[in-house]
Amino acid sequence: MQNILVMNDVLKTLASEQLKADVPEIRPGDTARVSVRVVEGNRERLQAFEGTVLRVRNGGLDKQITVRRIASGVGVERTFLVHSPRVEKIEVTRHGHVRRAALYFLRERVGKSATLREKRR
Amino acid sequence: MAEETQEHNETSDGPEWAKPLILGRKAGMLQHFRPDGSVVGATVIVAESNVITQVRTKERDGYTAVQLGFGAVNKKKLSRAELGHLKDNGALKHLREIRVDDVDGFEAGQRIGVERFQPGDKVTVVGTSKGKGFQGPVHLHHFSRGPKSHGSDHLRRQGSVGSGTTPGRVLKGLRMAARQGADRVTVRNLEVLKSDPDRSLLVVSGAVPGGRNGLVMVRKA
Repeated sequence: MQNILVMNDVLKTLASEQLKADVPEIRPGDTARVSVRVVEGNRERLQAFEGTVLRVRNGGLDKQITVRRIASGVGVERTFLVHSPRVEKIEVTRHGHVRRAALYFLRERVGKSATLREKRR
Repeated sequence: MAEETQEHNETSDGPEWAKPLILGRKAGMLQHFRPDGSVVGATVIVAESNVITQVRTKERDGYTAVQLGFGAVNKKKLSRAELGHLKDNGALKHLREIRVDDVDGFEAGQRIGVERFQPGDKVTVVGTSKGKGFQGPVHLHHFSRGPKSHGSDHLRRQGSVGSGTTPGRVLKGLRMAARQGADRVTVRNLEVLKSDPDRSLLVVSGAVPGGRNGLVMVRKA
């Protein structure tokens, strides 16, 4: 039993070593701007993806966020591993007022009905 | 079972059974980010205080192998015979012999650590798979199930077990329900992602047989 507890500590410390220190608090309904490293041929550049955070899955090292935006009339959703080295930076630009954890209802909405009221601080 | 057949051709792998070998415990799995940003599932193995307890030589024993001891334990848990065998190596819970072609560079009392492994090395991991208990033919051999309704009495049974009067018996070796799991399983070609001698940790790509805290043997492939 004792041994298993120590083992869990080992896993936790190893995971925490890979965590990023500068990740902001992200919640469903926030508007986030994610800068991703993209490799094109042999050069690397940053690509930004900005949209509404549809959901936050898992926690710790496996934390993922799904971001939805409308790009040239088509809804695009991308899921990012928050602690991946390919995700350079995440900025939260707006906090939307939502009452659920996964905002799948936004998928059926377009235009103004797909916008969220700003959270009152 | 398919799992069992994998280990028997170990010795046929030739002289490349090189020197890195170690016993450890599986700590669990996590995600590992490679420097290029790709993610791999990884298993953490804790392998502290391995000691060579005996070296088997061709002249004395008829074969060559290294006996590794692992896991400190209260010496009251061991018999005097076991303690006598271990001599000054301390009380150790597990002893495992690992066949090697060449025992050069191994001597009794020597400490073995994870520094023998480098990131990028390919390793073979041997462990005991999780026991699944007595399992029916559908789970164990992937037989098809029977119909669920219309008076079916064959939902998870196997079909025919052979002909009738001739041969008048069920042929030997026919696959049937049996105990599954808790077998020795070998997984080859896992990559060492991290080797941390300070904490005696080894991080290996992919899954490793057995549950948490299970004894595993790692050697270079």
